[in-house]
Amino acid sequence: MKGHFQQKLLIAAALTPTVLVAVYFIWGFGAATAYLSFTDSGFLPSKKLIGLFHYQKLFSSARWWNTYGNMFIYGGVYLLGCLSIGIVIAAMLDRLPKSAIIYRTIYLYPLALSLVITGLAWQWVLSPTTGLQHLIRELGFESFSFNILGSSEYAIYALGGAAIWHSTGLVIVLFLSGMKGIDVDLWRSAQIDRIPTWRVYASIVLPQLRSTLMTAIVLLAFNVVRSFDIVVALTKGGPGNASELPALYAYEFYFVRGKIGQGSAAAVVMVVSIMAIVLPYLIYELRKRKQ
Amino acid sequence: MKSRRQYSLRSALVHGLLFVLALYFLVPLYVMVVASFKSLDEIIHSSIIALPIVWTTAGWEKAWSSACTGLVCTGIKPYFFETMAILFPAMSAAIVIGALNGYLMSFWRSRSADILFGALIIGSFIPLQLFLIPLAVTMQKLGIFGSTFGLILIHTVYGVPLTTMLYRNFYVSLPSELVKAAIVDGAGVFKIFRSVIVPMSAPITIVAVILVFGGIYNDYIFALTFGETGKRPIMAAVLNIISTQYAVAEHNVNMAAVMISALPTLLIFLVAGKFFVMGLAQGSVKG
Repeated sequence: MKGHFQQKLLIAAALTPTVLVAVYFIWGFGAATAYLSFTDSGFLPSKKLIGLFHYQKLFSSARWWNTYGNMFIYGGVYLLGCLSIGIVIAAMLDRLPKSAIIYRTIYLYPLALSLVITGLAWQWVLSPTTGLQHLIRELGFESFSFNILGSSEYAIYALGGAAIWHSTGLVIVLFLSGMKGIDVDLWRSAQIDRIPTWRVYASIVLPQLRSTLMTAIVLLAFNVVRSFDIVVALTKGGPGNASELPALYAYEFYFVRGKIGQGSAAAVVMVVSIMAIVLPYLIYELRKRKQ
Repeated sequence: MKSRRQYSLRSALVHGLLFVLALYFLVPLYVMVVASFKSLDEIIHSSIIALPIVWTTAGWEKAWSSACTGLVCTGIKPYFFETMAILFPAMSAAIVIGALNGYLMSFWRSRSADILFGALIIGSFIPLQLFLIPLAVTMQKLGIFGSTFGLILIHTVYGVPLTTMLYRNFYVSLPSELVKAAIVDGAGVFKIFRSVIVPMSAPITIVAVILVFGGIYNDYIFALTFGETGKRPIMAAVLNIISTQYAVAEHNVNMAAVMISALPTLLIFLVAGKFFVMGLAQGSVKG
C-alpha cells in the first residue's frame, strides 16, 4: 500500500513540470491575451485596463464585420466541400479492391503539404496571367475572363476551394476507417434484397457514422478558425481586405499596425466563437461516452 | 445479361468520377512540377499544362542556392538547414516527453486526469493568435526571442500535447497483463517503462515522428513571428522568395522553390503513407 502511494507520488512528480508548462503556454497565455484585450496595449503590451473599449471598436468596425462574415462564407464552403466530396470518395473507395490504393494516394497527398504550399500552388493555377484564364484564352476563347483572385466578391471562394483541396483527405481517412467498422452481414442481406449500393450507403451506412461526421465537423471547424497561412499565401487578404479572415486581422493588428489591444480582442472573439459552437458538442459527447 | 451490363455501367461511372476528382487533386501539383522544369523563356511562351519542350534543372538549382529573398541571394538552402536544426531537437524532445507523459497518464485514470488531458487536447486546436503576444513577451524575457533555441522551445511545448495523446492512447490499448507481471516481479514504474514499454513503442513512434515532423516543418506562423530575420524557417522563406519582385517574375525558380519546400513531407507521405493515415485517424478520432 505504501509502495503504491509512493508510486503515485512519483508519477505526479514526473508529470507535473511538463504538463504545467504546456497548460501555462496554452491556457495561461490564452488568459493573458484575454486580459490584454481589456487594456490600452498599443505597440507594446500594457497593463492599464480600459474596459470594453477594444470590443466596442471591433464591433463598430466595418472591416471586422466583413472579416468575421468571411469566416462563415469560407467555413461554409470548406465544410460543405470537404464533407460532400470526402464522403462520396470514401464510399466509392470503400467498395473498390485494394488495387485502388493509387487513388487513395492521389486524394490524400495534399494533406502532407503545408497550407503555405497549398496557397502558392493555387495561386499559380488561378493567376490570370499564367493560369486558367491564360490557358483558355490560348485555346481561342480570347475574351474569356477568369480572375477570381482579383475579385473582391469571389476571392473568398478561391480560398475555400484551395482549402477543400488540402483537407478533403482528412474526411476520406475518417470515413474510410469508420466504414471498415460496419457489419459485413449488412452487405450480404442488402445484396440478397437487391438494394442498390448507393441506397445502402445513404440510408444504412452513413446514419451509423454520425459520430464520425461530428468528429470531422469539429476538426474542420477548428481549421476554419485557424486559417492564416493559406490566406497569406493565396490572396494576402485581398483585393483590399475582401478575403481577410480573423486570424489575419488579429495578426495584422498585433504586428503591423501596433494595436495589440485591438488584435487581442479579435483573437478572443475568434476563439469564443469556435468554442461556442464546439464545446456543447464535446461535453455532450463526453457525457455519452461515460454512460 | 442485362444486370451485368448495368453493373459494368455503374462501375464505369464510379471510375469516371474517381478519375475526374483525381484530376482536381493532381492538377496543381502537375502544373508546378512542369513549370519548375521549364526555362523562363518557355514558361512565358507556353501553356501552363504543356510539358517542357526542353527539360532543365536551372530553376531548381537557382531556387536551391541562389534565389533572392529581398537583397540576400542564398537560395532556399540555408533556410532548409535552419529548419532542420530546429526540427530535430524539438521533435526528439516532444516525443520523449510525450512518451513519458503518455505512459504515466495511462496509469493515472481519474476524472481530474481526464479533465487535464482534455484541456491539453482542446488547447492544441486553439488558433495560435491567442498565444502570440504573451509568447513574444515570454521569449523576450528569457532572452531567446528570434533565436533558433526559442523556436525549438516553442515547437517542443506545443508539440507535447499531441505526442502525449498519441502515446497515452497507444499505451492504454496495450494488454495490461504485461505491466502487471512486471509489477509482480517487483519492477518500479520507470523500470517498467524502460524495459517493457519502450521496446513495444516502435509503431506509435513512427506515427508520432511523421505527425510531429509535418507539424513543425509545415509551420508558418511561428516561423514568421519568432524566426530571426534572414534565418526564418522554410515556410516563411519560400513565401519571401515568391514575393521578391524582379523586372520579370521568375516563375520557374519560384515553382522549383515551392517544390523543394514541399518535397520532404511529400516524400514521407509516399514512403510511409500507411502510418501517416494511421496517425491521422488516431490523432483525430480519439482526440
